[in-house]
Amino acid sequence: MTRVSITVDGVQYIDEVEPRLLLVQYLRERLGKVGTVIGCDTSNCGACTVALNGRSVKSCSVLAVQADGGDVLTVEGLAGPDGSLHPIQQAFHDKHALQCGFCTPGMIMATWDLLRENGNPSEDEVREGIEGNLCRCTGYQNIVAAVQAAGQAMSGQEASA
Amino acid sequence: MIPASFDYVRPATAAEAVQALAQAGEDAKVLAGGQSLLPILRLRLAYPSTLVDLGRIDELTGVSDDGDAIVIGAMTTHDAVLHDPLVAEHAPLLAQATRTVADRQVRHLGTFGGSLAHADPAGDLPAVALALDAELRVLGESGQRSVPAREFFLDYLTTALGPAEILTSIRIPKLGAGWFCHYEKFNRVAQAWSIVGVAAVVRRSDGRIDEARIGLTNMGSTPLRARAVEQALAGAEVSVAAVTEACARAAEATTPPSDLSARADYREHLAAVLSRRAVLAAAGI
Amino acid sequence: MTAVEDRAEDRAEIGRARRRKEDRHLLTGATTWTDNLTLPGMLHLAILRSPMAHARIRSIDVAPARHRPGVVAAFSGRDFADSQGTIPCAWPVTPDMVNPGHPSLAVEQVNHVGEAVAVVAARDKASAQDALEAIEVEYEPLPVVLDMPTALAEGSDKVHPHTESNRSFVWTFESGAAGTGEPISDALASAEVTVRRRFIQQRLIPSFMEPRSTVVQPTGDGFTMWSATQIPHILRTMLALTLDVPEHKVRVVAPDVGGGFGGKLQVTPEEVITALVARRLGKPAKYTETRSESLLSAHHGRDQIQDITVTARRDGTVTGLDVHLLADMGAYLRLVSPGVPILGAFMFNAIYKFPAYRFVCEGVFTNKTPTDAYRGAGRPEATFAVERIMDELAHELGTDPLELRRKNWIRHEEFPFTTVAGLTYDSGNYEAATERALELIGWDELKREQAERRERHDPVQLGLGISTFTEMCGLAPSRVLGSLDYAAGGWENAGIRVLATGKVEVVTGASAHGQGHETAWSQIVADQLGVPFEDVEVIHGDTQSSPKGLDTYGSRSLTVGGIAVVKAAEKVVAKARRIAAHLLEASEDDLDFAGGKFTVRGVPGGGKTIQEVAFAAFTAHDLPDGIEPSLDADATFDPENFSFPHGTHLCAIEVDTETGFAKIRKYICVDDIGQVINPLIVEGQVHGGLAQGIAQALYEEAVYDSDGNLTTGTFVDYLVPSASDLPSFVTDRTTSPSTTNPLGVKGVGEAGTIASTPAVVNAVVDALRPFGVDDVQMPCTPERIWRAIAQGAEKSDRAAEGTVAYGGASTSTADGSDGDQL
Repeated sequence: MTRVSITVDGVQYIDEVEPRLLLVQYLRERLGKVGTVIGCDTSNCGACTVALNGRSVKSCSVLAVQADGGDVLTVEGLAGPDGSLHPIQQAFHDKHALQCGFCTPGMIMATWDLLRENGNPSEDEVREGIEGNLCRCTGYQNIVAAVQAAGQAMSGQEASA
Repeated sequence: MIPASFDYVRPATAAEAVQALAQAGEDAKVLAGGQSLLPILRLRLAYPSTLVDLGRIDELTGVSDDGDAIVIGAMTTHDAVLHDPLVAEHAPLLAQATRTVADRQVRHLGTFGGSLAHADPAGDLPAVALALDAELRVLGESGQRSVPAREFFLDYLTTALGPAEILTSIRIPKLGAGWFCHYEKFNRVAQAWSIVGVAAVVRRSDGRIDEARIGLTNMGSTPLRARAVEQALAGAEVSVAAVTEACARAAEATTPPSDLSARADYREHLAAVLSRRAVLAAAGI
Repeated sequence: MTAVEDRAEDRAEIGRARRRKEDRHLLTGATTWTDNLTLPGMLHLAILRSPMAHARIRSIDVAPARHRPGVVAAFSGRDFADSQGTIPCAWPVTPDMVNPGHPSLAVEQVNHVGEAVAVVAARDKASAQDALEAIEVEYEPLPVVLDMPTALAEGSDKVHPHTESNRSFVWTFESGAAGTGEPISDALASAEVTVRRRFIQQRLIPSFMEPRSTVVQPTGDGFTMWSATQIPHILRTMLALTLDVPEHKVRVVAPDVGGGFGGKLQVTPEEVITALVARRLGKPAKYTETRSESLLSAHHGRDQIQDITVTARRDGTVTGLDVHLLADMGAYLRLVSPGVPILGAFMFNAIYKFPAYRFVCEGVFTNKTPTDAYRGAGRPEATFAVERIMDELAHELGTDPLELRRKNWIRHEEFPFTTVAGLTYDSGNYEAATERALELIGWDELKREQAERRERHDPVQLGLGISTFTEMCGLAPSRVLGSLDYAAGGWENAGIRVLATGKVEVVTGASAHGQGHETAWSQIVADQLGVPFEDVEVIHGDTQSSPKGLDTYGSRSLTVGGIAVVKAAEKVVAKARRIAAHLLEASEDDLDFAGGKFTVRGVPGGGKTIQEVAFAAFTAHDLPDGIEPSLDADATFDPENFSFPHGTHLCAIEVDTETGFAKIRKYICVDDIGQVINPLIVEGQVHGGLAQGIAQALYEEAVYDSDGNLTTGTFVDYLVPSASDLPSFVTDRTTSPSTTNPLGVKGVGEAGTIASTPAVVNAVVDALRPFGVDDVQMPCTPERIWRAIAQGAEKSDRAAEGTVAYGGASTSTADGSDGDQL
C-alpha cells in the first residue's frame, strides 16, 4: 500500500492505495465519485477524462499513485455552489449535445481542457480537440456546436468580468 | 480491467532510478508517462514485478539549448514538446509529428523519451528521431553513454537500453538554414496508429536537394531510414518528377508487416507515395 | 390570425425544440449507471472466458481460485448445469428451426472465443480478476468453423455435434406463392437485363458506450436485478422462464443506460450468471464487463452474404428481385438472432415497384460470437443491397442512377401502396424529398466538378452517392409478429396519473437509454391535457413502477409507446370531462376542452381547469355516480401497421486514388418521418444514425483470424469514428404524416443508419467507375479502395468473384496472408 494525498474537486483526500489502483477506480470506488466513468481499457474512448493539475488526462491510464499530491477536477466539480451549470454544461444542454450521456463527463472535461487553450476554436479545431473522446449517440455534430457555444459564452463572461 | 499487482518505486533522481531498476531485477519496468504501458497492464499483457516511476525526476524534463543542438529531457511530455519554442525553432519536424500523436489527453502525460524507449515501430517519434539524427543519452549503473538513434532501435519493442538503464535525454542537432522538413502520417481514423508515416528532412539550395534524411514509420520491426531514397535525392533537382522517381524507392530494404491495418505490398506502395508527398512538402513544392 | 389563435399556437408543445429534461444529472455526473450501484455486502464477479473458438472442456478446476485472497466462491458451468436453463430465443422463424441451446456458462463445450466458462465471486473486483488466473481448464480443440459457405458445405465440421448440419433454418418468401406479385421464375426467365451481385454485410459490433453491467439482489424467493438493458420488461419475463423463478418474484430495473443500439436488446449470459451466483450465495452480486469483454461477448450485428439478382427491361423498368442470404448466427441463437435477417425480408424491394420478388435466407452456425439486433436490424442490410444493386443496374443500362430510381419508385399519388412483399406503405413522397436533397447538396455543380476531375485525371476523384430509402419500423402490430412466429406482441402500455395538486405522472413501458422519452412524452401530455411541460414527470425502466411494457427497440417508442400515451390521455380527458360536467352542472356534450380547461360552450368565464378536476377527483367529495375517485387512466396500444419513414440521402466523397483514402466532403439527408414532436431530438437521432451507418461504410469491421480469435478486440482495432473522422451533416425534412396513428408520426431512431451506408458506398464506387471498379467491400478501407483501383483496371468482366471475398474467415487472417482480401 502506498499513501497518497489527492485533492479532488476541491477536497483533499488522504488514502492508502495499492499501486495498481487506477485513478478512475480511486475516484469511483474509494471516493464514490461515480460521475466519472470507465468506457474502455485501452484509453481510446475518453469517457474517464478528468483534469489532473489543470490538464486533461484519461483517468483510466493514470495510477492513483501517479496523481499523489495532485489536483483533480471532475465533472462533479464544475457546477457552481448554487447548483448552476458551468457554461460548458449549459452549452451541452442547450445544443442537445448528449443523448445517453455516458460519454458526456469525459466530453465535458475534454472541452474544458480544449477551451483552456483555445477559447474560440474553429469547427476543425474542435473536432481535432475532442478526437480522444468517442460518442456513439450524437454523431458529434451537436457536441461540436456546444463546444463552440461554450467557448463563446466563456469568453463573453471573461470580457464582462 | 485492473492490472496485476506490482511494487511501486518513485525515485527522486535519475541515479536513484537506475539503482531501483538494478535492485528490482529484470521483471521491473520503467513507468514514464504510462500511456502505452497502462493499457498493456490493464489488458494483463505484461506482469512487471516493480514499476519504477520516473514522473518526479525534475532533471529528466525540459528542453535546453546546447549550442549546435537542443537537448530534450526524456520525461518531457508531448504537450510540452509541442509548446516549446526551442523545438519550434530548431526541430519543427518533431513538433509536427508530435501533434499527430494520439490525442490531447495522451499528449499531456505521454513523454518523448517514453515513446522512443517503447520502440513501437508504428509510433511516430522513433522515425523522427532517426531522421533528425538524434543522439540518445542513457544512464546505467556504469554511468552515462550516448547511443545514436540509428543504433538504438534493435527490434520490435526492443532497444539498446539495458535492463538497468534509463533514457535520460535526447540530443537533436539543430537544423540550420536551408533545411526543411515535413512529417506525413497516414492512418484510417484520427486515433489510430500510423499505417505508414514518413519523416522527411531535406536541405536544398539553388533548385537542388543537397541532402535528405527520410525516416519511415511502420515499415519494419524498427523505424527505418529510406537510404535508397536519400541517395537518389542527393543532388537531385527540386522537381516533382525527380522527387517522384527518387521516392519510388522508399520501400527498398524495408520489411513492412502484414497486419490488420494493411498488408505489406500496400505499405510499400504507401511508403513511396507518402515519401514523395513528405519531400515535396518539405521542399516547398 | 387572431390573437387567441396565436396564443394557442404558442402553447403547443408538439413541434417545439424543447431542451431535454433528462440532461441535468447526466451533465453533472449525478448518474445512476448500473456500475455506480453498490449494495451492502455486495460481491464482485469476474468471468473466465474461453480462449478457444471450439473445444470440448476436458476438465475444469475452479478450486484453486477459491483459495485466492478475497475470494468467496468460484463456479464452473457444471455447478449450474441443472439450474441455468438456456438463453432464450424468442423468434423461432420456422417450425423446424434448429436451436442447439445456449448455456450461460459452458458445461461440456465452448463454441466461440469469449464464451463464459467460469465465474469468481470476491469481495472486490481486483481479487475476483486475480483469481481467474488460478482456474485450470483443459480444452480439447475441435475444428473451427468460421466461414458460412464452408459451414454449409457437405461434410463440413459442425459447430454443434448433436445437430445435423450448421444450417439453423431456411426462410422463404416468394411473391407468386404469396399472392403478392408475379412468380419470380417468370421474371428471371423473361429478363431483358439481369444484374447479379454478391454483397458482403460485414460483422459489426454495436459498441454502446456504457459497458454492460448487472447487479442482482436476492429477495427471499426471488430477486431484483439492475441491468444496463434496453428491455427490462422482456428481461423479467425471460429470466423468470429461464431460471424457473415465478415472474412476480422478479423485479428488473434499468437505471441510467448508456446507449444500446440493439446491443442491449438481449437476455445475456452475464445477467443470468449474476443472478445464479447471487441466488446461490444469498448475497448481492455485481458484474461489470470491460470493453474488451464487451467487444468479444456482447452480441454482434449484420454479417450476411447477400446474393442479389435484379431483372429489368431495357427501358429500365425493373421486373424482378431475387435475394438469397446467408446470415451468420454465430455460435448460438440469442433473443431475436434468427429474426433479424427476416426483418429485412420485407424491405429489399424498398420504394420500388418490383412486380416479382423472392427472398430466401439461410441461418448458419459458426464458431463466432452470436449475432443479434444492431441498429436497423435487417433493414440496413436490405436497404444496402437494393440501393447498391440499383446503381449497378443503372450502370449496366447506361442510365443515370437517379433516373432509374425515379422510373421505378412509388409515386406520391400512389399511396397507400401495397408492395410485392405484402406491406402497405401508408404515406410518402419520394419525389419531394429527393428534389429537396438535390437542391441542398448542389448536385449539378458537383456533377460538373466530377466530370472535370475525371477529365484531368485528378488523383483525387469525386464520387456522388444516392440512397433513396424507406424502412419499416414501429415494431410492431402484434398480429404481424404472430404471423412471423415471434413469441411476444408488439403493443405498448402507458399510464397517466393526475395527482391531487394537478401535477402529472406518466408511466411508460418504453424504456429509454438516450432517446429523450421523458421530454417527448412530457410534450405530448402537455398538449393532450393542457398542463405545463414542467408539470409532467415520466416514470420508466422499473418493472415495479412501470409494470407493463415491451421496451425500446425497432424505432417503436413514439409510434407505439407515444400513441399509448395519447390513448391514456384521451381516457383521462374523458373521465375529467364527466367530472367537470358534473361540477359545472352542464352536459358533457356542451363542454369544450382547450388549454387545460373545461368550459361550457356559450357561457363566458368560469369553467374548471383539469387541475381543479383532478383535485375534485382526489377529494371525491362530489363525484358523479359511478365515477371512481382519482384522475388516472391506462392504455395499451397495438399498432395496426408499421410506420414507413423514408428519405433521400446524398453523399459526395473525395477519394485519393493514390492512397485509397476516402473522405466525405458533403452529406445531405432529407428525411420524411411524418410529424415531429421535438425537432431537436429528431435531429440528434438522425446525426447519430448517420454516424453509425457511415462507420459501417468506411470504418468498422469485426475481424476473426483463422483460429476464431476476434482480432478487433479493443477500440484500438475496432474503429469507432471520432469527431475528426466524420463530416458535419446537413439535415432537412419533408412531412408526409403517417395515416395510421393519431399523431401522424413515424419512427426515426434507425433511419440514419439504414439510409447512409449505401449512400457512402455508392459514392465510393461512383468515384472509381473510371477505373473499371464496380464494387468495394465494406468497410471501404484505403487498402481495399487501392486494391480495387489496381484490379479494376485489369478486369473486363466485373463479376462478383474476387471483389467480395467473404468477410468471415477469408478476410480475417490477421497476418493478411489471404490474397483475395479486398
